[in-house]
Amino acid sequence: MQLNVQYYAIMREQAGRSEETVETSAETAADLYAELRLRHRFTLTREQLKVAVNGEFSDWSCRLTVGDAVVFLPPVAGG
Amino acid sequence: MHLRLTADPIDTNAARRELLDAAAGACVSFEGWVRNFSEGREVTHLEYEAFEALAVREGERVIAEALRRFPIKHALCIHRVGDLALTDMAVWVGVSSAHRGEAFEACRYIIDEIKHRVPIWKKEHYLDGDSGWVNCESCAAAPRHSHAHHGSVE
Repeated sequence: MQLNVQYYAIMREQAGRSEETVETSAETAADLYAELRLRHRFTLTREQLKVAVNGEFSDWSCRLTVGDAVVFLPPVAGG
Repeated sequence: MHLRLTADPIDTNAARRELLDAAAGACVSFEGWVRNFSEGREVTHLEYEAFEALAVREGERVIAEALRRFPIKHALCIHRVGDLALTDMAVWVGVSSAHRGEAFEACRYIIDEIKHRVPIWKKEHYLDGDSGWVNCESCAAAPRHSHAHHGSVE
């Protein structure tokens, strides 16, 4: 299935893009991150990230469906 | 919206006017400024980047919590994105209330929660030409979840 993945900050720099359409068989956000971490050589582990699906915080075990917009959120540093 | 992101300098006078209330006897505001050092390194400038849709949503939740927890009148937060120079204001939080105690407490609550929860990221550029995303660069080697942070903005 096809998903849209958006990248910010360190993830954007390491992926070399701010978003991409991904063809994947990953069933969960955790599976998807494992796949993309290999592809883009992300330095952060899943434990260091949060994940958002369709604009809201989600769980790593959430099941992804076609067309979902997924964002992996590195540790924040606002303020 | 009670949390706003802007690429332009923050107009604190305009922001302050939004807190005005005939029943308010106190207004407390916090300004976060870009400082020239961070964890022993000299900082030359900063970059902020946000996941805007979720930042605004989570920021709205933080302010809603403050309005429930403290007997305050109004609260507002404005956060910069993009490139910032030393002494620039990165964030402004303002709270009005009948009395000063709850305004101080709510203002502290809002800035602390925003720093920990809202998807905004900060990249520090150093005098030696190096740069790094705060809380992200060293985590691969030594994961830290506390986010104890003594970086270039208070």
